[in-house]
Amino acid sequence: MIKPPLFGLTLLQLTELVLAEDLPKFTAKQIADWLYKKDIESIDQMTNLSLDARRKLSDKYRIGLVKPKKVAASADGTKKYLFTTESLKFVEAAYIPDADRATLCVSSQVGCKMGCLFCMTGKQGFQGNLSAGEIVNQLRSIPEWQGITNIVYMGMGEPFDNLDNVLASLEILTSDWGMAMSPRRITVSTIGVKPAMITFLEHSQCHLAVSLHTPFDDERRALMPIQNVYPIQEVVDEIRNYDFSGQRRVSFEYIMFDGVNDTPRHVKELTRLLSNLNCRVNLIRFHPIPDSPLRGSSDDKILAFRDALTSKGIFTTIRASRGEDIQAACGLLSTKELLNQKK
Amino acid sequence: MKSWNDLQYAKQRILSHRQIANGAYILSFKRNFGFKAGQVIGLGINKEIAPRLYSIASAEKADMVDILYAEKSGGELSPALPLFREGDEILVSEPFGTFTQYSDDAVYVAAGTGIAPFMSRILSEKGNTPTLIHGVSYPEYFYYSDFLTEKLGRNYIQCCSRCPNDDYFQGRVTSFLKQWKNLDTTKKYYLCGSAEMVVDTRDVLISHGVPFANINAEIYF
Repeated sequence: MIKPPLFGLTLLQLTELVLAEDLPKFTAKQIADWLYKKDIESIDQMTNLSLDARRKLSDKYRIGLVKPKKVAASADGTKKYLFTTESLKFVEAAYIPDADRATLCVSSQVGCKMGCLFCMTGKQGFQGNLSAGEIVNQLRSIPEWQGITNIVYMGMGEPFDNLDNVLASLEILTSDWGMAMSPRRITVSTIGVKPAMITFLEHSQCHLAVSLHTPFDDERRALMPIQNVYPIQEVVDEIRNYDFSGQRRVSFEYIMFDGVNDTPRHVKELTRLLSNLNCRVNLIRFHPIPDSPLRGSSDDKILAFRDALTSKGIFTTIRASRGEDIQAACGLLSTKELLNQKK
Repeated sequence: MKSWNDLQYAKQRILSHRQIANGAYILSFKRNFGFKAGQVIGLGINKEIAPRLYSIASAEKADMVDILYAEKSGGELSPALPLFREGDEILVSEPFGTFTQYSDDAVYVAAGTGIAPFMSRILSEKGNTPTLIHGVSYPEYFYYSDFLTEKLGRNYIQCCSRCPNDDYFQGRVTSFLKQWKNLDTTKKYYLCGSAEMVVDTRDVLISHGVPFANINAEIYF
């Protein structure tokens, strides 16, 4: 039987673990230091732990870091890392360097059960949740991990469909005993799973991003089945109950589909939906996926859409497309690996 | 994924709890709220355990609310639900959700217990002459089949992926749709099932020329 991993445990969980092993309580903090602040590969390297403690831990546990199985590097510096999970499935993380920052896009689930029309990951179906350790491992196990300035939960899966593990991973990333990142450097993206979003907003200070993609009920229903359960109007109404006037941000992701959601009618309705909300709209070019009925809007249309929203007082940006030569659409790389595995 | 934190809910006494197939049940309680066919409710044991969402399978005006569900091994609620008996109390949320559209001549495509929202529509007489394509693994999971055979006649199409005889279309709903000569690209298609079923079915429909705007899906979340 494979020993369970230490990596991914919170300080509370480590404390329970060391007390169960009759080790001093402070050992938990020492282990957290080794796991989340230092660069070790084995429990034996935790040299400020007693030999007895190291032996006890090694008998029952392993560190649990998993190196990427593959990496695809783009000409623009973007890299896509492929990881094998504990359940022998595949997830992706994208490293996106920029002039003054380096962003890592992490996955929260293997596959996804939300079934959005434009998403490659959804075509894999749902295969499982990632543990907190498997989420943080996507950062900790890449060579660039110490230079990462920002993390976005925008990879495979719906983070709020795996809320407990996502919250635990955020605790590890942002706690002083963990990786001590500022929550202002982390954004969690959701398609609008309202109850879990409320829990997140009340338990985390990280930024929120909501996949919007069209303000119209019937259109969004065709793009995103979640609209049948949690309509975007209700999600936005809920967001209005929270304060985003300070450092915490809420943004709305908007993939631009040619002839579908890029018209003046959409500008008008978006303006109504988001009126008086401190937010940003982030326009995204569509990375085509196989057999999709959707096509991306032209650059001219995207620019015009941005300008129209801006003129209505909505702060609007266009996300730079990165890694187009390495199957940038989330889920493509892991789907390819999944198909290879099934051969 | 769900929590009770934004749901209105009340205790309901279970009036009927029947096993209708291996691992499949219908749980019923008195209807003391209004709802629209296609809506879901959250069921739970207590506030500490997150509710699970289930589509209502009964008619809008029926005295009882019926919940069709399949036993599942994972989670906190699913393994416990079959243990509940008539007279026990259970937490029930207000109905919500907007999978409530209907149109005449619609095509419903369901997998397993995904038939529930369509049963509610058919029993509530929402939309004329629907076609229902129901996919299951074994014949015992053709829930409500006697009623549906009588009600829908030829518009009730049964697909069975592991059936040993020719009484049904042998294969999944996607296999049926791929070879269906009556597939009408102008109709509205409503899907309910797992994410994989919905995504695969939607892909087949789109590949046959159905506009994606004519496809509306509810996924088991």
